[in-house]
Amino acid sequence: MEARDNHPTLLDHLRRQGVSRRDFLNWCAYTASILALPPSASQAIAQALATKPRPSVIWLSIQECTGCSESILRSFEPTLESLIFDQFSLDYHHVLQAAAGNAAEQARDRAIEQNFGKYVLVVDGGIPLDPDGYYSTTGGKSGRDLVRAAAKGAALIIAVGTCATYGGIPAASPNPTGAGGVHDALRELVDNTEVAAPIINVPGCPPVPEVMTGVVVYFLTYGKPPDLDNLGRPIPFFGRTVHDDCPRLPFFNQGLFAKSFDDEGAQKGFCLKDLGCKGPTTFNACTTVKWNEKTSFPMFSGHGCLGCAQPKFWDREGGFYGKVF
Amino acid sequence: MARSSKKVDEKPTAAAKNAPAAQPRRIVVDPVTRIEGHLRIEAETDAQGVITRASSSGTMVRGIELILKGRDPRDAWAFTQRFCGVCTVVHSIASIRAVEYALGYVIPENAQIIRNLMIAAQYVHDHVMHFYHLHALDWVDVISALKADPAATSKLQMSLSPWPNNSPAYFGGVQQKLKGFVEGGQLGIFANGYWGHPEYKLPPEVNLLGVAHYLEALAWQRDVVKIHAIFGGKNPHPNFVVGGVPCAISETSHATAVNAENLRLVGQVIGKMREFVDQVYLPDTLAIAGFYKDWTTRGEGVGNFLSYGEFPTGVGAAERATLQFPAGVIINRDLSKIQPVDFEDPTEIQEFVAHSWYSYSAGKQVGLHPYDGETKLEYTGPKPPYEQLDVDQSYSWIKSPRWKGLPVEVGPLARVLILYASGEVRTRGLVDHSLGRLGLPISALFSTLGRVAARTIETKLIADMMPGMYDALMANIARSDLRTFDDVLFDPKTWPKKARGVGMMEAPRGALAHWLTIEEGRIGNYQAVVPSTWNAGPRDAQGREGPYEAALRGHKLQDASRPLEILRTIHSFDPCLACAVHVVDPNGEELVRVKVL
Repeated sequence: MEARDNHPTLLDHLRRQGVSRRDFLNWCAYTASILALPPSASQAIAQALATKPRPSVIWLSIQECTGCSESILRSFEPTLESLIFDQFSLDYHHVLQAAAGNAAEQARDRAIEQNFGKYVLVVDGGIPLDPDGYYSTTGGKSGRDLVRAAAKGAALIIAVGTCATYGGIPAASPNPTGAGGVHDALRELVDNTEVAAPIINVPGCPPVPEVMTGVVVYFLTYGKPPDLDNLGRPIPFFGRTVHDDCPRLPFFNQGLFAKSFDDEGAQKGFCLKDLGCKGPTTFNACTTVKWNEKTSFPMFSGHGCLGCAQPKFWDREGGFYGKVF
Repeated sequence: MARSSKKVDEKPTAAAKNAPAAQPRRIVVDPVTRIEGHLRIEAETDAQGVITRASSSGTMVRGIELILKGRDPRDAWAFTQRFCGVCTVVHSIASIRAVEYALGYVIPENAQIIRNLMIAAQYVHDHVMHFYHLHALDWVDVISALKADPAATSKLQMSLSPWPNNSPAYFGGVQQKLKGFVEGGQLGIFANGYWGHPEYKLPPEVNLLGVAHYLEALAWQRDVVKIHAIFGGKNPHPNFVVGGVPCAISETSHATAVNAENLRLVGQVIGKMREFVDQVYLPDTLAIAGFYKDWTTRGEGVGNFLSYGEFPTGVGAAERATLQFPAGVIINRDLSKIQPVDFEDPTEIQEFVAHSWYSYSAGKQVGLHPYDGETKLEYTGPKPPYEQLDVDQSYSWIKSPRWKGLPVEVGPLARVLILYASGEVRTRGLVDHSLGRLGLPISALFSTLGRVAARTIETKLIADMMPGMYDALMANIARSDLRTFDDVLFDPKTWPKKARGVGMMEAPRGALAHWLTIEEGRIGNYQAVVPSTWNAGPRDAQGREGPYEAALRGHKLQDASRPLEILRTIHSFDPCLACAVHVVDPNGEELVRVKVL
């Protein structure tokens, strides 16, 4: 990503706002650590961010519940306000932006035009795949058309949440509106190279906030996505199951299982497998990055993992309280 | 700032194309931003720029009730929770209450207290965020804050409350930050706002105060939501369970999140919530309202109000008898009479589809009770991309619910009016004090600004109830009552072959209920009638407007190309659209016209 002539770099911007270089470096070090990068990477992040202008981010919401936007608002390190005021320019986000109606649509179209080939496109929500598109419209345009139009000029596409990655809840059986994820909506545009940007899948219902922000920062630093697995997920966050790092794992290994939500085993933190926990088959960062400033995560608060970062988790045989094995 | 024009916002009717401002127009706002979901407003104005007819359209549907059919009723809370990630607690609560009601499942007292704490935390969190992040920019001109004298803002803050962030240096810093942002030329989320619109009336110093608290509230909300993380594992979308709550209490160990340390944190968070409400949110509301008293005479809506009641202290049969926020209906502003609501009576709560993209087998003119809920997706609108809807025909994915045939408003204003009419002492005190400070009569509540004030007032009422909830939980724990779940009816094998139930609650945005039938341990039918359906629904078979539509009629727009007035009144309802448009026919798969690629 090259610096544009008319915009200051991030470090200029931060200095203007009185952010100290030390705070900035601390933040870079934290981000490197949650991305499982070596300590030396924090210098790379700092250098990259300090010499680049604030890139444009366009966030489109189609069949969304807004849980993904709410989740990113809960990000502690970095905070959303530090990102949108200091790191990138959030040029379209229909929950947060001041402008409405045509003024909002103009802001989006201008950002696409001025930053063509350079902006980051974020999508949340499922996408009705029928070209007629009347199950989700914004400004009279179908969600599918909006995503396909914006994807063509993107440098990176991030599908956030299990709906945008794999169709999620609208695509749960019997999928009444014919919904799919970003990959489905863009398939032939990718095949015929009209859409060249890499597509990162960040599943979760919603995703862990610091996973979303971490992926963006990685891209800003290295100009490419982190290593992705065969489902398009960034390996630093989705390389292990939540079971692998669960504090209840020692009880699993001893064969100690809670049988009810408030029995003695539950109070002692025994494994929740018999209450339906899907942790052993769910790849996510809930037990490592944790939630809400590391306050908790689902199993720590006594409920089994729903498996919400896995494709088709809504349709899993046995439901949320059936045993995984 | 760039002024919007042409195309979407300002769409002249065919005859009046390119005509000067003083002509009848069709003004379209789509997307209505700073809300949850997809809302479109089409407003027709006369030659004086006064709205003569407004039409409210929900433009997104997912069909989650159809998806629920045939599933395990114990799983329904997680599905319905995804109706909306903003009011992330309320649909889960309505769902587990519906299942428990159907089964006669009685939960432990601790579970009721923990649910109440989570609901209360949702209210305080949600209302503060609505005020600062979704609504404030309709009243606060961000760019004007650059002209403020930080010392004067500091003086103002000191006169309002003891809130510690009050120095000239602090406000100077906020202003500097804003200045850097604006000078950088990338305005991001503030780009293309209606800055400088003549309807913005606050002095620069008050605007700077608003910008500072917009930023403070972003940090505050992230912190106080930890109550949900402790009891539910995360926010958004914390976990729940039919039969109680899933979080076992382990006061003496650190084996689970509900331990001694985190219980102390819950107490501290409640303190932070109350402090912010008392020292920032409430004084800001009154300070800003003082400059906008003209907004107490417009935007009323339909004049009818409904609440289902909330915060039960009892369990089982005592649940509905111990609501701390009462249920009831007020018709035609008559505060002398609160009428009861019957959820089972097929003639009381009904949904109509005369102007919605659904059909009924008995025709589009009839109304149906949710137990008999029969809805079939039938899109008859224009093919996207489109410029304009035909608002004489069907024009929304939202249905039109009615109580005894009448449109009613739900939400904070309805709750506060019902509390006030019931004579509740704290409500009377707060309402009378607030109106007295502004020199306004009680009728001022029936307005756009009245809705804003009611939301603030109830936030204080609820925040002040939270220490009592917390103390009750701690007292139970102190006498070793750690019960949070009852497994007696958790196994579907223990259930009757057929059952049906309704789970009611008051969500931050208003009256919410889920109706379900259970057949052989599976969901037979599932219907939700949600707050924004009541408020945002289109006209009914009799042509009666929904509350949004009625509230907008009569608004005079100063500048049709920048319809700030529409945003003010619509945002005062706090729209939440994803959950308003999810209803589909439980038997209607064959009617869904979908081509899957």
